[in-house]
Amino acid sequence: MHQASQGAGHPIVTRQDFSNVTFLLEVSHPMLARAARPGQFVIVMSHPEGERIPLTIADYDRQRGTVTLVIQAVGKTTREMQRDCKVGSRLLAMVGPMGVPSHIGKAGKVMCVGGGLGVAPVYPQARGYKESGAYVIGIVGFRNRDLVFWDDKFGAVCDELIICTDDGSAGIKGLVTAGMELAMARHPDIAECVAIGPPIMMKGCAEATRARRIRTIVSLNPVMVDGTGMCGGCRVKLADGVKFACVDGPDFDAHKVDFDDLMFRLRRYRETEQQASQRFDEDCRMRSLSAAPVLSE
Amino acid sequence: MSTARPKKKTIRTIPQARTPAHEQDAKVRAGNFAEVNRGYQLEDAQLEAERCLMCPEQPCVAGCPVNVPIPQFIERIVARDYRGAYDVITSTNLLPAVCGRVCPQENQCEGVCTVGDSLEPVAIGRLERWVGDLAISQGWSNVPYIERNNFRVGIVGSGPAGMACAADMAKAGCEVTVFEAFHEAGGVLKYGIPDFRLPNAVVDAEIAKLVALGIMFECNTLVGRLFTIEQMVEEMGFHAVFIGTGAGYPSFMGIPGESLNGVLSANELLTRCNLMHARDFPKYDTPLQPGKRVVVIGAGNTAMDALRVCLRLGAEPVICLYRRSRAEAPARAEEIHHAEEEGIHFHWLASPVEILGDDDRNVRGVRCVRMTLGEPDASGRRRPVPEAGSEFEVEADMVVYAIGTNANPIIGQTSRLKLDRRGYIATDEALATSIPGVFAGGDIVTGAATVIEAMGAGRRAARAMKAFLGLRDTDHVYRDRDDGPDSSPFGIDRAERGYARIRMPRSAT
Repeated sequence: MHQASQGAGHPIVTRQDFSNVTFLLEVSHPMLARAARPGQFVIVMSHPEGERIPLTIADYDRQRGTVTLVIQAVGKTTREMQRDCKVGSRLLAMVGPMGVPSHIGKAGKVMCVGGGLGVAPVYPQARGYKESGAYVIGIVGFRNRDLVFWDDKFGAVCDELIICTDDGSAGIKGLVTAGMELAMARHPDIAECVAIGPPIMMKGCAEATRARRIRTIVSLNPVMVDGTGMCGGCRVKLADGVKFACVDGPDFDAHKVDFDDLMFRLRRYRETEQQASQRFDEDCRMRSLSAAPVLSE
Repeated sequence: MSTARPKKKTIRTIPQARTPAHEQDAKVRAGNFAEVNRGYQLEDAQLEAERCLMCPEQPCVAGCPVNVPIPQFIERIVARDYRGAYDVITSTNLLPAVCGRVCPQENQCEGVCTVGDSLEPVAIGRLERWVGDLAISQGWSNVPYIERNNFRVGIVGSGPAGMACAADMAKAGCEVTVFEAFHEAGGVLKYGIPDFRLPNAVVDAEIAKLVALGIMFECNTLVGRLFTIEQMVEEMGFHAVFIGTGAGYPSFMGIPGESLNGVLSANELLTRCNLMHARDFPKYDTPLQPGKRVVVIGAGNTAMDALRVCLRLGAEPVICLYRRSRAEAPARAEEIHHAEEEGIHFHWLASPVEILGDDDRNVRGVRCVRMTLGEPDASGRRRPVPEAGSEFEVEADMVVYAIGTNANPIIGQTSRLKLDRRGYIATDEALATSIPGVFAGGDIVTGAATVIEAMGAGRRAARAMKAFLGLRDTDHVYRDRDDGPDSSPFGIDRAERGYARIRMPRSAT
């Protein structure tokens, strides 16, 4: 229905597809690249009728003046972006950096855990810890070998890198929590853990470190509209009260987060989201029927 | 037509009844987002203008937060000089089409109108709106002669406070940039107030007038995080900054069940519906949970907006819960009246104690308790006290909180500005903050208030900003001074920038 807008907005300078659902966009926005810190996010709007979606900043390059986003095409908006966002096109709006930057202390040993859509956003944290002199253990999880990305980037900033795949086709077989157990067995002196990924994964990570009392930080990505503390849609339940992920977070102490509440709240708009996705399927099908000439050899 | 001198009007000679405004029928309008109040036609405006006594006391002017010279503009309508009426209003208020619609006139100009002592007061708001709408349809805008100076002013937030301050500073000759975090300018006028009360097209028309003054709007810019207030002053070359970010951070009550799906703030509901056009889903991508039975908690203007939005989205019934009685409800009388006409159910003297959910954590109802009014509290209103054993349940699948907001934390988190105890920005009388050259006003200073109060604060801050920059302020410079002639030789204030400026012809060098 829409081409990524021309003229206004921020040019897309790189696109890389990691799989048929995961893709990377490097977007030019020098001011944002200068201001961004690990743990922050942006809100993106791809066309005037679009919705505002929060995306964690996966990387930023102050020299190039760019911000990198890694997107999973799971809903209507992200699938539309997968179709329309190409090098040379522009993102209509990208506002941020939002949220309180992660506190990167001088931890001795730290685990940086990323799974699924969380692999990319945990990278700036790993790099941040490395720069502050920590011993960084990277633990990243994928479904299988074909979906692995950024192992080289992580390798460059991690002292140890554990890749976990569901089927064992790369690295160790199992979830990221299996990787964490391995790391914790090897290093009884791990001081901190940062875990980013789907809520169910972060919940597992929180449980894995709870008994050992390792300070564990998770980055939450609930439903948001404005991202500036105004709508309250992103409120999350913690052991010590309700907070807004957009301005009080997105980082929270994993051992205080009510993940079940978070998972239920993420389903708020599931029905309308499904409708939109189905309509998008239909739209794509109609386009391919009307636009593509019949190819035959 | 005779040219006889106008006779002095008295309360007996003016039209006795207030001229009604044209309104969409309540049944029809409950199903659409078109404007409820269609305003005046020419003849209505002329008739109503005759009702102003032109009394010498002019209490209405003092009753207006921006002191619009009300009798003067009405006098221009009587004289059939409508452009003149527009010029009079815009001498102090750049947004008549907005203010005529959303000001609580019954507590301001109309509340103190002399005619109101014995009859219904002059419908000042409707007249102002009529003039504002006429200006939009005729394409009038007043771009005064502006003598440029070299000052750059940054305005944070494009709502009513920011717009008013921006306009005054642009007229004073400064280069003004307004920063907005959303993708469209207008602040609460856009995301908050629904189209049936204030069409977004009216807001855009008024913003276009600010653009005509040379004001630049930068959207998608989150000040505090993209750059800080300190950076604006120290690195980005802004000589003065105004912060009008509004109150954000909606309040909840902390009762059980607030994280159930179907519970949301009025801000979220209104933003989705108004700014993001969720009411036109799927043409627009932003979804809104379709509530069938809706309960809105609170009875302020925001609550009325939320109630009436839900009604227009097809909910039935739409119920308002308020812990006090109708008399204490903070919403404008007209809004409550409109809501009642449209079929909103009001449960006065009732407060929620728990939001009830089903197995899927969706809202299924609200447990409430009846209240009685006890002794007056600190606000002077009688304090609601729960009645023992009076609990009852209301069925609902959506619950909207419209019980106020707290201070937005972003500016506080990212600058060393002094905040007050509640987290709002601390200012002095002139709205100067703890950082020199940085001023603040509107809801981020006072907590939630009205559009016109925010505009008043924006203008007050602009006055202080001009004094800070040493710019000529006509209000200030030509006021009678009681500190002797030495401070203003030749009638020019010594503090004024360029007091001793000498202009050399270019060819002289």
